[in-house]
Amino acid sequence: MMRLVFAALSGGLFGAGLLVSGMTQPEKVRGWLDVFGQWDPTLGFVLAGAIIPMAIAWRIAARRDRAMTGQPFPPPPSHRTDARLIAGSALFGLGWGLSGLCPGPSMAVLGFAGPPFWVFFAAMVAGMALFAMWNRRV
Amino acid sequence: MDPDWISGLTGGLMIGTAAAAFLLLNGRIMGASGLLGGLVDGSGHANRAERLAFAAALILVPAFLWRAGIGGPATPVAGIGVMVLAGLLVGFGTRLANGCTSGHGVCGISRLSWRSIAATVTFLLAGGVAVLIARALGSSA
Repeated sequence: MMRLVFAALSGGLFGAGLLVSGMTQPEKVRGWLDVFGQWDPTLGFVLAGAIIPMAIAWRIAARRDRAMTGQPFPPPPSHRTDARLIAGSALFGLGWGLSGLCPGPSMAVLGFAGPPFWVFFAAMVAGMALFAMWNRRV
Repeated sequence: MDPDWISGLTGGLMIGTAAAAFLLLNGRIMGASGLLGGLVDGSGHANRAERLAFAAALILVPAFLWRAGIGGPATPVAGIGVMVLAGLLVGFGTRLANGCTSGHGVCGISRLSWRSIAATVTFLLAGGVAVLIARALGSSA
């Protein structure tokens, strides 16, 4: 039960942070991604702000056996970069730049933004399902 | 004065604190595409309720806060056709790469995973290319 409460706490704070940071405003995000044009470095502040508490959390986790609810921590990171990682990230980046939306913000806007955003979310879910089908074949 | 960097940094700290809480309390990596993708394809069956609780709060809390006057307007920058294409690319791409901005960009980079650093550099550059393409095609930028 506590796991669910904590998950909702994290999800809610994540959503609030996305809203405050401006990640839910596609016209801003486009400017933040415009690295070959009139680049606005705000995305760097969002990422830096997010990485600092998380880097501390990884340090704390390294000194403990388990998370507070008794769950094991994730395994150590893989450092292997392969074609899937790069191709997938390139496809994702193209979609992000075209729409100004990445997965977290696309969920955070569902309760207040209009139908074009619902369409994006539905297409993203379809893309995930297509991947699962394709992945089972290869 | 443009306060964008202040709100960006503040929101970023909130995102990072949420990720830190999810790790230290539940032992989980806070990656939006992975949490949702596991619900879509059933691979996250074992912790389905945890994923649903996270997703529900991620949708409901901003909906309430936005009505309370927090955050700016979410205005689409592309037509419906481009939204469909972009959604498919984001969904397929993040599952192929096993992570998105939150999973690789925040959780991965903060533990110095080379994989996540390579992914983040790649999707930022591809995002820049897409913005160039969108502008060249004359869609509202």
